[in-house]
Amino acid sequence: MTQDIADTAAGELADPPEFPMRRDGGCPFDPPSRYKQLRDEGRVIQVRVPTGQTAWLVTRYDDVRRLLTDPLVSADRRHPNMPLTEEVTPQTRANIAEFGRSLIGLDQPEHGPRRRMLIPEFTVRRIQALRPHIQHTVDGLIDDMLAGPKPADLATVLSTPVPARTLCELLGMPYEDRELIERTAAAQLRRSISPQERQQVSAEMYRYVDQLITAKEKEPTDDLLGRLVLRNRETGLYDHRLLVGLAMLLLVAGFETTNSMISLGVIGLLQHPEQAELIRKDPAAVGPAVDELLRYFTVVDALPRVLLGDVQVGDVTMRAGDGLLISFAGADWDDRFFAEPEQLDITRTSRHHVAFGYGIHQCIGQNLARAELEIVLRTLFTRVPTLRLAEPMEALPFRDDTNIFGVDRVPVTW
Amino acid sequence: MTGAPRLVVNEDLCVGAGQCVLSHPELFDQDDTGQVVVFPGGPVGPEVAPVVADLCPSGALSLARD
Repeated sequence: MTQDIADTAAGELADPPEFPMRRDGGCPFDPPSRYKQLRDEGRVIQVRVPTGQTAWLVTRYDDVRRLLTDPLVSADRRHPNMPLTEEVTPQTRANIAEFGRSLIGLDQPEHGPRRRMLIPEFTVRRIQALRPHIQHTVDGLIDDMLAGPKPADLATVLSTPVPARTLCELLGMPYEDRELIERTAAAQLRRSISPQERQQVSAEMYRYVDQLITAKEKEPTDDLLGRLVLRNRETGLYDHRLLVGLAMLLLVAGFETTNSMISLGVIGLLQHPEQAELIRKDPAAVGPAVDELLRYFTVVDALPRVLLGDVQVGDVTMRAGDGLLISFAGADWDDRFFAEPEQLDITRTSRHHVAFGYGIHQCIGQNLARAELEIVLRTLFTRVPTLRLAEPMEALPFRDDTNIFGVDRVPVTW
Repeated sequence: MTGAPRLVVNEDLCVGAGQCVLSHPELFDQDDTGQVVVFPGGPVGPEVAPVVADLCPSGALSLARD
């Protein structure tokens, strides 16, 4: 039998299943059931993304980590075979390709020097210094929630404003601009958004960030974007347009995922009151709890990649030029690395999860995300011990067929 | 292979994810450029070395056996 025939038998399906796959388990939190089947069989298969391209879906933890550190696996969004996980206009596709050049679409050796320009802004110590500000924001929002009507939509009163205001503070955006950030970012999360609307919203955000960067180039302020402008005067690595792209990346990446994780994290703990109680009793419990919630929900399912050379996974030889979807949601429920992965257990050690990715592109804002989640969960469950869902969980509008898992509305009362 | 695993540091590969600092703040730190991992707490023992090498996403921390 030739290798090609073996490949066909192993993974190339005549009618590839669609990606994103629906979360079809009994619980809305379960990743698609096919992932477990693929992991157990040790297989990769080809799937079809909304843009019509096919890509290899990788779901095992060890394969995911190995591929994300393989120099033959490229993040270059300009490659025509790079799979996109949602339907986009040709203009949006061109923008994704271009703005990937600001950071997330770069391979080595180009990636390192550009990432290094951001690293000082996200050190553990720098994020520690932001904690009092985040705490102040969260305290104020919970005051407002408690003074407002019941039931309240937690997604509106907490999950959206916490990351939006934190980003305003971190990046150095005027506080009054937070409304635009919340509105455009929330619009992009809407499940019903059309490719045209997505392009329009993105263009509106681009115009805003373009003006902001222009202002900071004239008069650099003492904040992340201001310091980035100054650092760029020394390195000259970015032109104006890519600097705007980098700021857009920080806004989008810092909002959407944290927003989802706040809503889902609260729901997860409300479903496990005994675990919420651990957080109320022991302030130190929230750190490990956040990593377990990150693992359990792994809100970014898969990252797109493209192969620069032939790479073997199991019985399959994936060829140069093939697209890949590297599934973090698959990896973080791999029972060879996390015992009983379908159980939420905030007392377990889950720090080795890949909810923030792996390899050189691992989330640069991960410690900011951890700080936001720790502060929100500890403060909310301590201050509002009677918090509960105002509707049955089955009635909540989970985004269960998108690459970024989330929920549109979280009705709560207390 | 003999002996306990030893931690090898390649600062050029560091991407500033901060996994080592978060996991063992008594042993790891980032300087003002954020890139460099330093060791205010002295040598990294054979229990900690495999843990931080596994958590490090970029290969800046890896294991070697003498």
